[in-house]
Amino acid sequence: MHWETVIGLEIHVQLAAESKIFSGAPTRYGAEQNTQACAVDLGLPGVLPVLNARVVDMAITLGLALGAKIAPASIFARKNYFYPDLPKGYQISQYEQPIVSDGRIEISLPSGETKTIGITRAHLEEDAGKSVHDAFPGYTAIDLNRAGTPLLEVVTEPDMRSPAEAVAYMRAMHALVRYLGICDGNMQEGSFRCDANVSVRPMGSDTFGTRAEIKNINSFRFVERAIEYEVERQIDLIEAGGKVVQETRLYDADKHETRSMRSKEDAHDYRYFPDPDLLPVVVTQSRIDAIKSTLPELPWTRRERYVADFGLELDEARTLAADRPLAEYFEALARTSGDPRQSANWLNGELAANLNRHGVGIESCPVTVERLGKLITRITDGTLSGNLAKQLFEALWNLEGEVDELIDQRGLRQLNDSEAVRALIAQVIEESPTQVAQYRSGKDKVFGYFVGQVMKRSQGKANPQQLNDLLREMLA
Amino acid sequence: MTHPDYPQTLAAQSVALAEGQFSSVELTQHYLERINRLDGQFNSFITVCPDFAIAQAAEADRRRAAGENGALLGIPYANKDIFCTKGIKTTCASRMLADWQAPYDATVVERLHAAGMVMLGKTNMDEFAMGSSNETSWFGPARNPWDTNRVPGGSSGGSAAAVAARLAPVATGTDTGGSIRQPAALCGVTGLKPTYGRVSRWGMIAFASSLDQGGPMGLTAEDVALMLNAMTGADRRDATSIERAPENFMADLGKPLTGLKVGVPTEFMDAGLSPAIRACVDVTASTLKQLGASIKEVSLPNAGVAVPAYYVVASAEASSNLSRYDGVRFGHRCENPVDLADLYSRSRGEGFGNEVKRRILVGTYVLSAGYYDAWYRKAQQLRRLIQQDYVAAFNDVDVLLGPTTPNTAFALGENIADPLTMYLSDIYTTGVNLAGLPGLSMPGGFVDGLPVGLQLIGNYFDERRVLQVAHQFQQHTDWHSRMPVAAE
Repeated sequence: MHWETVIGLEIHVQLAAESKIFSGAPTRYGAEQNTQACAVDLGLPGVLPVLNARVVDMAITLGLALGAKIAPASIFARKNYFYPDLPKGYQISQYEQPIVSDGRIEISLPSGETKTIGITRAHLEEDAGKSVHDAFPGYTAIDLNRAGTPLLEVVTEPDMRSPAEAVAYMRAMHALVRYLGICDGNMQEGSFRCDANVSVRPMGSDTFGTRAEIKNINSFRFVERAIEYEVERQIDLIEAGGKVVQETRLYDADKHETRSMRSKEDAHDYRYFPDPDLLPVVVTQSRIDAIKSTLPELPWTRRERYVADFGLELDEARTLAADRPLAEYFEALARTSGDPRQSANWLNGELAANLNRHGVGIESCPVTVERLGKLITRITDGTLSGNLAKQLFEALWNLEGEVDELIDQRGLRQLNDSEAVRALIAQVIEESPTQVAQYRSGKDKVFGYFVGQVMKRSQGKANPQQLNDLLREMLA
Repeated sequence: MTHPDYPQTLAAQSVALAEGQFSSVELTQHYLERINRLDGQFNSFITVCPDFAIAQAAEADRRRAAGENGALLGIPYANKDIFCTKGIKTTCASRMLADWQAPYDATVVERLHAAGMVMLGKTNMDEFAMGSSNETSWFGPARNPWDTNRVPGGSSGGSAAAVAARLAPVATGTDTGGSIRQPAALCGVTGLKPTYGRVSRWGMIAFASSLDQGGPMGLTAEDVALMLNAMTGADRRDATSIERAPENFMADLGKPLTGLKVGVPTEFMDAGLSPAIRACVDVTASTLKQLGASIKEVSLPNAGVAVPAYYVVASAEASSNLSRYDGVRFGHRCENPVDLADLYSRSRGEGFGNEVKRRILVGTYVLSAGYYDAWYRKAQQLRRLIQQDYVAAFNDVDVLLGPTTPNTAFALGENIADPLTMYLSDIYTTGVNLAGLPGLSMPGGFVDGLPVGLQLIGNYFDERRVLQVAHQFQQHTDWHSRMPVAAE
């Protein structure tokens, strides 16, 4: 039988706020245990939560980018369960009325096609602390630094049909939240993590199979592998006459398998109810408008513009537009140099290669927009050839000086003087009677020999186009 | 009072302190001496803090010497042991917190201390404010100064008893379903539950967050108003506290009641009310009439479901609010837990008393999947109906008058085994919390030597009117100035 895979993802986006969602404590990662938690985070008797307005703005920002509905009033509820790293015995989370609902995001598939994934909802909630099982033999230690860290949980419709689509979605969302500046996207630190709901059904069926939820997957590679494993497991199970049970499973990356954590029968009854300590989150239209007005141009709008206005190919436009600092660098460069085409070539070529080689992001690129722009204008005006430009770029990368200054100091100026080039050609022709005869008898291949010889005598500075033209003329 | 030099009310003490008749340190010593001598029979304090109090009093005297002259500067008070106090333990009358010290002051405490008040100690209460008799306290029941075999009411029983016994001129209380008004009634003092949101809940240990409200207790409406002035105001640490222009709650006290429309809810005067208390309500109504008010019957059709709706909502919130007491970070922790479940169940099993456990169980049940709609959601619907009844009533009248409790103080042990009867002692008070309105209880007579409390309920933020009516009534009656023999 042919099977269809159905996947929905829940991504926990850690919001890049300075302080926690319900307290003023800092959210710094990697600090000494229990130093980033105040009385509120510890759930001491008598404390009360106060909502950090900044995280609401961030949720609205994502909602707008996803073309979603922003609830005029959303409600925080308490999700009640006992766990040592959950200080209050409940997690404050939005349940019945999330702040964001009914959005969509376009993903691009490896095949080059695009697909729209529906976003069911995105809701605000607080993170729990961390149980540390290996610090003290025989004891579990609790670190509450993470307790109260603001999270936005983004839930999709069951719209994905393969592990590859799931990864493409995860990448798109990862790029978007970083683009919007609401999440640092650091997956090692858990700033962006994902649960996957996976089920299979006979191809053509219009009802969903029973799903398993795979918890806490923290890399693109693992999401793909975990789903692949789970799909295979479910198909094998059904084909062997078994039944998939609704349960929560954990992906073990080392063993490459998913394991049951708890079944539906032992699922907690979380006894959700509206948190009486918090008022409904009221979002006015004017607040939405204000955020809308500060929203950056979104990657897909930018991409369209690059194709339409700059004549870029869709693929290179997508690469440049997906990353906000890169897009901003590109646009500044296109402006400074007056040549978007060359700018895109440099960013996707030499510059990208250097950034990669040195493992730095565009934000810390040593070559400023002004210098690279100048370099491109020196190509356009014929001062530099492509080869010379590459040499110069290396010098700029190493901060060795300004463009024109380096051209002069290092004699990188292209030889555009046709008389000088003619003189060099004449010399070569005189010294190479054999090759001249060959060329004139129809052996076009020897043309390269003449180019090489003249280039060498010009110390690589001859203008290649001019050289070609003059050579053909003089050899004729 | 035994010492002729010390007046009993906050208002009079305030004048005397300003005139330099005595110092705050002297006044404080006077109360500490009385507590030391008399509180053995009332058990109204869980903690007395003489050193802390004397230091605060000395500081108040210094401030006065430096030219300050606030109404509360140097006035001693008793603080319900539900308000967090830095440096003095805060127990909530529970074994769970028997030795717990808060690392911070509640906003109310901060404000009272900033105004120069002197904390004599922390008063007894029902455990986690759950109870109507003070019998659920881990530290033993407080007793009614009018008859020490009777309960002082609850949950702010210690505060009411302390004020009635003149062990403090005023006290703080908290009121979730009547916990200020019911003990005020049973002990013959005046207590006000403000409009929900008036008084910050930061540092006030939560029982039921949507109902809890702190308020003042004293001998007179005037004292209550003076203390309320310092307690109220928006607090950025409490999202449910309400931002309003500062008000002087003394402003209307002296105004006559001419033209005032007083409503008496018929549902409060039905068969459940003791006839003697009904008579007190009638007499009070005619007194108010003589003072210029008109009296009108009004109806609160859903008053009868207030107690069940209250116990569902309050228990639901409590079951969640009390989850933090798990033995992990603070509070009681059982010896040698074998595993996590054991740590939880024994720490909580040992740390909480029966009434608290009962409410956690009720609250957990009404929030459970499959029961939520039938219980919690239904109770919230009733809550809205009850609120609408009050809103409708205030279209016709300015203030409501009725009994605070159906009976006077009952005997210790009389109701403790019968929670339903106990819960019915809150029959006239819980609706006010569900609606979020201000309510005041004031002395309005005696039956068999026990005080009777009368309740005044005001519209939202209309504390000034409620206090005005109570003050004018107290200008023409002397129920509030009677003193129990045991306090002499």
